[in-house]
Amino acid sequence: MPHFAIVAVSILFDGMAYAMFLFITSVGLSVTMGLMGFVNLAHGAFAMAGGFVVVSLTRSYGVGFVPSLIFASVLIGLISARLERRLYRRLYKSTDLEQVLLTIGLAFMAIATATYFYGPIPRSVPLPDWLEGDVNLGFRAFPSYRAFLIAIGVVLIAVLWYAFERTNIGAKIRAAVDNRRMAESVGINVDRLFTLTFAVGSGLAALGGGLAIQLFGLTPSFAVLYLVLFLIVVAVGGLGSLKGTLLAALVIGIIDTGGKYAFPVAGNLFIYAITAIVLLYKPTGFFGRE
Amino acid sequence: MRMIGVLGLAALAFAAGGAAQAETIKIGVVLPFSGANADLGHQIDKAFDLYVKLHANDIAPHKVELIKRDEGPPTGAQAKTVATELITNDKVPILTGFVFSPSAIALAPVATQAKVPMVIANAGTAWITNLSPYIVRLSFSMWHPAFPMGAYAFNKIGCKTAAMAYTDFPPGKDSTEAFKTGFEKAGGKITDAIPMGSPVQVPDFTPFFQKIKDEHPDCMYVFIPSGAHATGVMKAYGELGMRKAGIKLIGPMDLIPDNKLQDMGDAAIGTIVMGHYAVDLDSAGNKTFNEEWHKAYGKDSYPDFMSAAGWDTMHAIFDTIKKLNGNVSDGAKVVDAMKGWSADGPRGKVMIDPATRDIVQDEHAMEVYRKPDGKLGERILGTTKAVKDECKELKVGRCGS
Repeated sequence: MPHFAIVAVSILFDGMAYAMFLFITSVGLSVTMGLMGFVNLAHGAFAMAGGFVVVSLTRSYGVGFVPSLIFASVLIGLISARLERRLYRRLYKSTDLEQVLLTIGLAFMAIATATYFYGPIPRSVPLPDWLEGDVNLGFRAFPSYRAFLIAIGVVLIAVLWYAFERTNIGAKIRAAVDNRRMAESVGINVDRLFTLTFAVGSGLAALGGGLAIQLFGLTPSFAVLYLVLFLIVVAVGGLGSLKGTLLAALVIGIIDTGGKYAFPVAGNLFIYAITAIVLLYKPTGFFGRE
Repeated sequence: MRMIGVLGLAALAFAAGGAAQAETIKIGVVLPFSGANADLGHQIDKAFDLYVKLHANDIAPHKVELIKRDEGPPTGAQAKTVATELITNDKVPILTGFVFSPSAIALAPVATQAKVPMVIANAGTAWITNLSPYIVRLSFSMWHPAFPMGAYAFNKIGCKTAAMAYTDFPPGKDSTEAFKTGFEKAGGKITDAIPMGSPVQVPDFTPFFQKIKDEHPDCMYVFIPSGAHATGVMKAYGELGMRKAGIKLIGPMDLIPDNKLQDMGDAAIGTIVMGHYAVDLDSAGNKTFNEEWHKAYGKDSYPDFMSAAGWDTMHAIFDTIKKLNGNVSDGAKVVDAMKGWSADGPRGKVMIDPATRDIVQDEHAMEVYRKPDGKLGERILGTTKAVKDECKELKVGRCGS
């Protein structure tokens, strides 16, 4: 295989793995914003909390990495559902500023709490052997962990697509995103629907947080450090759109990886350039409603 | 406050004619306590507290009071604000701490204007000490490890070609510049220099390292601001199978901070760094330092090169207080008293060069290996004695001004 093709394949591979992390972590945020118009800046805090649950389970209780991921996302999903009922619900009718103040405050509280219990030193997780090595495809070896990330991403996309497009609940969510009042008037319990999607979204964020430990290391400030990136994915993809979030994650993940490979001097320029260009031509993102 | 005042008066009353007046000396400590790099602040803060606790009697009848402020992110803005407050509101006669070079750079003019000594416990951009006559540095210059590493890599590790990757802020440029100077002088060839984004976030290192892997140099010299970045570097290096591909990982000791080494796993084994401190360093000072550290913070807590410099920093401040008999209000006198200071600390013998107000210390080439007890450790491959900051010796760029 010519050198150029090998480089292109590795960029695509690494970019895809990065994109899957972005997608898994951002999709909940997108649906929350699309469905309720609620700005949840504490979304990253759910991801961070998920990461620490995985760290605790694997390090202190000897639970395997994959079961810990599942447990963490379920646990954080349930906790977030409680939070949504108790706290978030009160502010649905409030202004954006009040929502932002509440949720960024929650994020900072989460950071302080995590620092108190875990300290600021970056944490890592022990991986099972089958995730440690690499997969050799002849012309190049790919890290198995990144292949695993892509596999999880693909499975999740399939499940989410099916749930969104082919099930009754999915149809209700789409109806509520399109026209909330109309959906309510035909008898859809939008409040309950929202609690459900909020919990699923936060659970996915927790999963993303757990998966990110191996990529970036986990510190309490994870809650806000990558938030801008998630918000960019949501904005570029279009609020509330599954397709849009996926496309945005792929575009940003692959172009950022390629840019860093080919022109490292440009730094983060590529991410911001894509964001600016997309929003200039489509202010509501790839698949956002006008 | 009132209590302290009463105690002060009492001490005054008891002091017989001619005896020293007992002073409570406020020391402003500026370290990052929040954000992605908070653990760096904690590593130094723990060393400060430990020294003050164990050596409180050394400066009797005087006392010190540490006033701690958050240095914030590695941009310098917040550090400048809090340090200025420490000078104007708390009237501290000595400032110390400073993990990040941008903080020290931003604050240098303030120190000059206020005539308050800044005793730097980490920030390592070489030319920082030239920015103000009130700066004394106990930690290191980026050139301390990076410059000797250049020749060592070429002659001893067998790097004929090397690529450099660095976090894109002043110490990163400084460290790679120093390595390049030493490496090219020895006869090596630099194939690439890759900036890897800002120090604020840990990036995905894979694309950068993949590029280097494709260029296939003998060695890869990496500078990152220690902390969370170091863990990320090691993961990406291991994941990409770069050691198997024949690319050796080398760098300054920031690459393998002692408190994160155990977490890094097999990927770290074989990494060779140049540095002035490791937990495994065999010196009397280091033995006591480690014992006291574990006694105070538990057996799973490790000091690192930043803690070692933190310890020496507080040692120098205490010695200066003793030398001046508690009278530290004149900044110029404090700086003069520190010139030529020397001690046997965790790093072995260290000294402040009176000409540059920068540290003189031994540099060791160290390799990561698996110890018989299963833990990761560092073994010393070679030592260069009493290394000065070569940037200022050779008058490179801003170091010459």
